[in-house]
Amino acid sequence: MSIKMKNDEVIQNTVYDVYENYDESKSTVDEIILPERDKDKTPILEIKGLGIDFGGLTAVDEFTLSIGRTEIAGIIGPNGAGKTTIFNLLTKVYQPTRGTFLFDGVDTAGMTTTQISKMGIARTFQNIRLFDKLTVEENVKAAMHEEVNYGLFSGIFHGPKYRRQEKAAHEKALELLSIFDMQDMADYQASSLPYGAQRRLEIVRALATDPKVLLLDEPAAGMNPSETAELMNNIRKIRDTFGIAIILIEHDMSLVMNVCEGIAVLNFGRIIAKGNPEEIQNNPAVIEAYLGKKKEAK
Amino acid sequence: MKMKIKNGKLSPYTKNSIISYGIVIIAFVVVTVLNSMGAVSSSLQGQLVPICAYIIMAVSLNLVVGISGELSLGHAGFMSAGAFMGIVVSGMLESSGLPDGVRLAAAVICGAILAGILGFLIGIPVLRLRGDYLAIVTLAFGEIIKNIMNIVYAGVDSNGFHLRTNPDLGLEESGRMLLNGPMGATAVQRISTFTAGFILVLITLFIVQNIMNSRQGRAIMACRDNRIAAESIGLNVMRYKLMAFTVSAALAGMGGALFGLNYSTLLPIKFNFNTSVLILVFVVLGGLGNIWGSIIAATVLTILPEALRQFADYRMLAYAIVLILVMIFTYSPKIKMFTQGLREKVFKGKNKTPEPETEGGV
Ligand SMILES: Nc1ncnc2c1ncn2[C@@H]1O[C@H](COP(=O)(O)OP(=O)(O)OP(=O)(O)O)[C@@H](O)[C@H]1O
Ligand SMILES: [Mg+2]
Repeated sequence: MSIKMKNDEVIQNTVYDVYENYDESKSTVDEIILPERDKDKTPILEIKGLGIDFGGLTAVDEFTLSIGRTEIAGIIGPNGAGKTTIFNLLTKVYQPTRGTFLFDGVDTAGMTTTQISKMGIARTFQNIRLFDKLTVEENVKAAMHEEVNYGLFSGIFHGPKYRRQEKAAHEKALELLSIFDMQDMADYQASSLPYGAQRRLEIVRALATDPKVLLLDEPAAGMNPSETAELMNNIRKIRDTFGIAIILIEHDMSLVMNVCEGIAVLNFGRIIAKGNPEEIQNNPAVIEAYLGKKKEAK
Repeated sequence: MKMKIKNGKLSPYTKNSIISYGIVIIAFVVVTVLNSMGAVSSSLQGQLVPICAYIIMAVSLNLVVGISGELSLGHAGFMSAGAFMGIVVSGMLESSGLPDGVRLAAAVICGAILAGILGFLIGIPVLRLRGDYLAIVTLAFGEIIKNIMNIVYAGVDSNGFHLRTNPDLGLEESGRMLLNGPMGATAVQRISTFTAGFILVLITLFIVQNIMNSRQGRAIMACRDNRIAAESIGLNVMRYKLMAFTVSAALAGMGGALFGLNYSTLLPIKFNFNTSVLILVFVVLGGLGNIWGSIIAATVLTILPEALRQFADYRMLAYAIVLILVMIFTYSPKIKMFTQGLREKVFKGKNKTPEPETEGGV
């Protein structure tokens, strides 16, 4: 997929620029061009001037973005632009050097990865991080905290509460796995799955935490075109059935342009453009970032 | 024990649990029958209780090293705490007229509680560390426990229980010294029995295997397999590592009490670094996370030194050589591949690994 060149397009001030002149006292919600259905609601994520330095390197700077409650947003950019670092900031794998973000209106400053997960942000990893020695089903069940919350005593004696909750968890795990038609693999060891299935399992595991925001880091990496097309449909299906927001990092431009409603383009840690897919494809700064380097999109 | 049958197949945990219980129960029955026929040598008879104790130690350490994935080199410390606690409790109840079984139960429970509390307290700082650092600090704590036992003096008389760090307890004439510093415990009533050991092994298996097949076990193994992913799905890694460490320590205390009440004298130095390493060898040899492997390794390696007695001075050398050979034959990648190839030939088409897909990438 190539990015169309249109010479005299002006860089548009779009969708997400609201917080660059953020004024706490004023409700800014109306100004955001969120998807129609999210307009009258507060954004689920309000990221304000997030930045992080690694020693001398500024990996991400002044990252400002709002995400609607049922939006599918995309983050694109060349290798090393800082995309994964943004996910690590949003899940508190790294604490930001500057800025913060609100989740559902709550400031997340100082929170831990575990707390962020409990609030409702779930993610997948670019370099797959499954629980290798556990089975597929156990990977999913490990992420369920609502359904299975019996104490250690029940865990040792396997009483009625254990049996009830484990049964419910088993059923829910199979149901979630069936999104990707993986219920037959439930008993396989996670590390024995083919690569594409491992990526899908990561998504299922993230969904099992019952998130409000799902962060997908290059979910189509290593997938063949037909798998990617299927993934595209499934991402929409997940958004529609669960009614959650999804942020997608992806190098596969056809996937991003087809599935995302809003896109932010990152280069050297900074946002160089925001807008809907059409605006992004026609944005000269974006084209330069991609063509300035060797051809990036695969 | 509840069997879980899925699609007509046993879940792997259930299968492994059945193997573990099976080995222990069959071994117990066989030894009991042989014993009643007088076919068990006296040296083996003397080892029955220690074997049970070491199985408990190995299975409990497997919970930390295999299931939770943290190398602990201080397991003997918890065994020591349990042993001497058990001896004290049993000694204090000596005049109570309670049956031996009840006294042993009380000793075992108190030993487990003390070791569990120690495990919890030690775990809080230790589990903040990772890898080698964690291993070294557990080693240090194991030595600290041993050294504390070296200076503890305890006795009982009609005024009650006395505990000091010097020998001058001021006991009455009728009083009895229970712990004697570096001299340890002397004139202990040997109330541990093979049957009691058998029951405690079953309890240990029940606790560890049921935890493995529960929410807590999944969480513990998830934290082991991928810490960052575990945090990202909301697991409190410290909490689950501490849970495994504490349960493991409590079980070690139980095994320690069983062990301690099997001897009339017991020195604190018995529970030194060597013992910790010995237990670790059982776990590694039996396979990390493999419970029945721990059982077999603990049994064989406890019997082996006696069986090698004919080699006299070269006994420990022979022991080491056997150990190395077994390690090579079980864990060498080439031999593993060979046995796997054999298995695939034998059970053609029965392995359920889906066809692997070659695809690199980050
Ligand atoms: N923990 C870290 N320590 C030091 N530098 C880091 C760290 N994590 C990321 N970086 C640096 O930050 C920059 C952004 O990295 P990041 O992984 O976010 O890129 P990316 O946009 O996800 O790239 P890709 O498309 O290759 O996945 C890179 O220069 C990287 O080397
Ligand atoms: Mg990345």
